[in-house]
Amino acid sequence: MILVLVENEGGAPSEVSLETLAFARSLSETGGGIAIRAVVVGDVADRDALAAELGRHGVTEVRHATGDAFDAYGGASWAAAVQAARADTSSVVVTAAGTPRGNEVLAHLAARLDVPMAANVVSFSGLSPFTVTRQVVGGSALEEMSLATRPALFTVAGHSWAAAPGDGPPAAWQDFSPEVAEADLVARVHSTGVKEADESGSLKSASIVVGAGRGAGGPGGFAGVDELADLLGGVVGVSRVVTSLGWRPHHEQVGQTGSRISPDLYIPCGISGAIQHWAGCASSKVILAINTDAEAPMMTRATYAVVGDMHEVVPAVNAEIRGRRS
Amino acid sequence: MRVLVCVKRVPDVAGEVMLTADEQSVDARHVGYTVSNHESSAVELAIRIADATGGSVTLLTVGPGDSVEQLRSMLGLGCHAATLVEADPVALGPADVAREIAAVVEDHAANDAGYDLVLLGNDAADSGDFQVGIRLAYALGWPVVNGVSVVETADGRAITRGDGPDGEETFSVPLPAVVTVLEGGVEPRYPSLKGRMAAKKIEIETRQPATEPQGSARVRLVVPPPQPSNVEILGEGEAAAGAVVDLLERLKVLR
Repeated sequence: MILVLVENEGGAPSEVSLETLAFARSLSETGGGIAIRAVVVGDVADRDALAAELGRHGVTEVRHATGDAFDAYGGASWAAAVQAARADTSSVVVTAAGTPRGNEVLAHLAARLDVPMAANVVSFSGLSPFTVTRQVVGGSALEEMSLATRPALFTVAGHSWAAAPGDGPPAAWQDFSPEVAEADLVARVHSTGVKEADESGSLKSASIVVGAGRGAGGPGGFAGVDELADLLGGVVGVSRVVTSLGWRPHHEQVGQTGSRISPDLYIPCGISGAIQHWAGCASSKVILAINTDAEAPMMTRATYAVVGDMHEVVPAVNAEIRGRRS
Repeated sequence: MRVLVCVKRVPDVAGEVMLTADEQSVDARHVGYTVSNHESSAVELAIRIADATGGSVTLLTVGPGDSVEQLRSMLGLGCHAATLVEADPVALGPADVAREIAAVVEDHAANDAGYDLVLLGNDAADSGDFQVGIRLAYALGWPVVNGVSVVETADGRAITRGDGPDGEETFSVPLPAVVTVLEGGVEPRYPSLKGRMAAKKIEIETRQPATEPQGSARVRLVVPPPQPSNVEILGEGEAAAGAVVDLLERLKVLR
């Protein structure tokens, strides 16, 4: 069995969890049709909808951990649930999306079972020995790693696989209430603040992002990109130098230590494209770069580019958009 | 409050990654070394806690002898002590590193110099294993909170704040505890001249690994071949505005 920890948002599985299921199906097919089970922890708004959706993505059975222990999120308590589901299904592989929670819960599980865990896997190359390739150095290098121990634990890097719904029947559903030790309940979410509309959540899911980097020149250099984002119904994302200089808040940062984005269109302005930044924007579908240096990494990796100062190009683009609208 | 911060010497890679001939590590001869941004934030948070509670900050690294360079520069920020467990990083997996840190924490505690709080970065900039802090917590039998931007202490507890999927999450756990930090909650300070001078006088404790490493299961590192540039240049300067908006229309992103 392959056991996949599925994170659900309201009643629907998160997109990265569906990508992880695509990875799991490929692994299942290579192994001759190993069954895929999903484990879901805590509140589920619409069980039938979730069972149907997971069925379409290759899951035959869902184990749903219920009980007071899961009222609030905790890495250890969730890992206890996944550990119980793994034992019950005799799964030889346990995987989750390479999200903060996916990585955290699988690291807990790895510590509890004393087995290795590979974070941010992008592919596998053999079943015996089971060898995976994962992102290191912010995605600019890859590590081939042998995962010989069972269960093999790994997370799947976001956007490295595309979700692939099929026509499978709804997954069977089974509730269970695992025993959770007192020690596993100590570190749980104590309270959750209200998310402001303009914080990083919208950046991660935005379909259009307008980026700005050192080329903005100072805290007053963002009027053009702010307007462009507004005109396109997108959001602004910035490079690390911009936040570390205090020009813009950290929640707008795109990169290895900021948000990872995957918009349909990314327009980086005055961003050279260092590894730190590229790690956060490499999954953009189309990149339109604006930079004075035609040889900057962002410019050579982009789909489209304009050579020029963002302070000249962006206002001219904004004026052109306004002109065509009137 | 006695705080331990674990840091790691990592290649200061910004551009193309080069590998050593044995494909086991990143070749940093031409780029130099640093510590992860997350760890710089962890050190800043630790110094603030020590200042607020009249406590101290000890640094710990598990790595090559040259890691003294990173320890010295962080001592200059106002940390009080440092320990180096001298080991070849290629031979160590994340479980080994966690075991070595736990051995130091337990040994210092046995010598009346235990810690109330251990901070680490959420993930190392090079190996990106996302697990050392959690494995450490299990080795010590302490609670762990992961990926937070801010940590403070009050009434024998660590109170943390950080981004969750539904908004800012607060955790409150009893000390001693392990907390892993993401950058962004605080602005790391710069070393002062006085701090740098004082740091030179601090003797760094050097130790040998306490256990035989099990290794990282690494087969090899590879650098993906550079993608050939297929960029289409739309034009130069303001004159390109028309071509840009034509493109935006083709992509159907103009509302």
